[in-house]
Amino acid sequence: MDVQFFVTWLEEVASVVQTQRDHLTQLDAAIGDADHGANLDRGFTAVRQALADTPPDTPGAALVLAGSTLIRRVGGASGPLYGTAFRQMGKTLGDAPEVSLAELSTALDAALAGVQKLGAAVEGDKTMVDALAPAVRALAGAVQDGAKPADAIAAAAEAAAEGARATIPLQARKGRASYLGSRSAGHEDPGAASTALILGALRTAGSR
Amino acid sequence: MKKLINNVDSVVTDALTGLAAAHPALRVDVENKIVFRAAGPRPGKVGLVSGGGSGHEPLHGGFVGYGMLDAACPGEVFTSPVPDQMIEATKGVDGGAGVLHIVKNYTGDVLNFEMAAELCGDEGVEVVSVLVNDDVAVRDSLYTAGRRGTGATLFVEKIAGALAETGAPLGEVARVAREVNERSRSFGVALSACTVPAAGKPTFELGESEIELGIGIHGEPGRTRAAHGPARELVRVAMDAIHEDLPLSGEVLVLVNGMGGTPLLELYIAFAEVAAYLREKGASPARVLVGNYVTSLDMQGFSVTTCALTEELTRLWDAPVETPALRWGR
Repeated sequence: MDVQFFVTWLEEVASVVQTQRDHLTQLDAAIGDADHGANLDRGFTAVRQALADTPPDTPGAALVLAGSTLIRRVGGASGPLYGTAFRQMGKTLGDAPEVSLAELSTALDAALAGVQKLGAAVEGDKTMVDALAPAVRALAGAVQDGAKPADAIAAAAEAAAEGARATIPLQARKGRASYLGSRSAGHEDPGAASTALILGALRTAGSR
Repeated sequence: MKKLINNVDSVVTDALTGLAAAHPALRVDVENKIVFRAAGPRPGKVGLVSGGGSGHEPLHGGFVGYGMLDAACPGEVFTSPVPDQMIEATKGVDGGAGVLHIVKNYTGDVLNFEMAAELCGDEGVEVVSVLVNDDVAVRDSLYTAGRRGTGATLFVEKIAGALAETGAPLGEVARVAREVNERSRSFGVALSACTVPAAGKPTFELGESEIELGIGIHGEPGRTRAAHGPARELVRVAMDAIHEDLPLSGEVLVLVNGMGGTPLLELYIAFAEVAAYLREKGASPARVLVGNYVTSLDMQGFSVTTCALTEELTRLWDAPVETPALRWGR
């Protein structure tokens, strides 16, 4: 996977977030403050612009640029959290012009660690971690099994989607939804949903 | 839902353009979304910076001026500002005595202000942060993001701002800010949800005879839904929640705050009930503010914030202030 693969991924994220903007906002209206779709759309539109303005040379540079742009442009909790996730991935990949599946797996693990360090959420808190952590495990497992890259990435995307769906019955313990107490149950977590979209976009980029 | 706007995407910058045009005592950087005092930093004075999502006006931009904030960073509607704004605001108000960040306790605000404070420290500006978390509707436990910052933010900004004007050092200004927060409690009630411009419809639906108890200031639903009743009963629910958490006694600073869509007529009806409740508990409303100060767009409803006064806090509350939304004594 070269820099073009990662740029394609980020552009795919921008386009799917734009399409799903209202859906994410509606999820957030139910248990948050109705801005998640608008915020991510603004952020990833800025990422697409940044990639066009200053084309990165390496996968790591593309991801760090994306992360920094999100931190600068999104605000809320999702700006620092997604920004940190992409920056950690990028930093882990360093200057390498090509990234193996095993390296991608390590980088995604670093993204999860960064998010958890900043947000202090664990699985089951009804946050983006509930989608990201299963995806990290699925990707690592597929690497160990010697899966083909496309299949490994598909497994990660599927695990994220399942993880997001599994947040529906949970009671939130972190973030704005936690203010609702037991009333947060019965709704999909918007952050887990957007994480599933981002990893779904990775599968789309991988199949190109 | 009809909105008096030009464009959903330019709501915040269009409002800042208006704020700048209306108040020559402010310098508004519309592009970077920062509201400064036009006079700039005063050497030796601690700078006060706050910020948060837009939609709570006059908080925070309307509280920039003599005796209160030095700068405010408005984010998008209900979205915390980004570190770049906070860093530029902090550097812009530093008069060499350091800068106090007043942060409402929401995950996004806390994360972005933390990142900003760290980067400012790297650049040699001393920053101390104070968290505001006065909302008793949220149980502060391992199972929530902690209590929200709501009405007490105004008290913290006013009282810490007054102390900063005297030339007090950063540690003292932070100490009084924390003391105000610790002595303050709030509870909010919604009669209707608000409509975020980008969402276009109310964030939740309330029936004709329903109210939402324990709301925050972001249109998020509260803890429970209940049947609507007379102002006396709604105020009692709010005051009981406050009194249970921190028993009311002595001289109290009271804010009866409209959420944006409640007539002042009704807020005074609520204040009459608050005053009666305080007397019943042997407390007195020594200082009072009634009006729309920490709002939630067009939400109908109110919140009550109380702060147990001390001689020092009363003196600092009474000190002169000159901002777009709060001005007296000067």
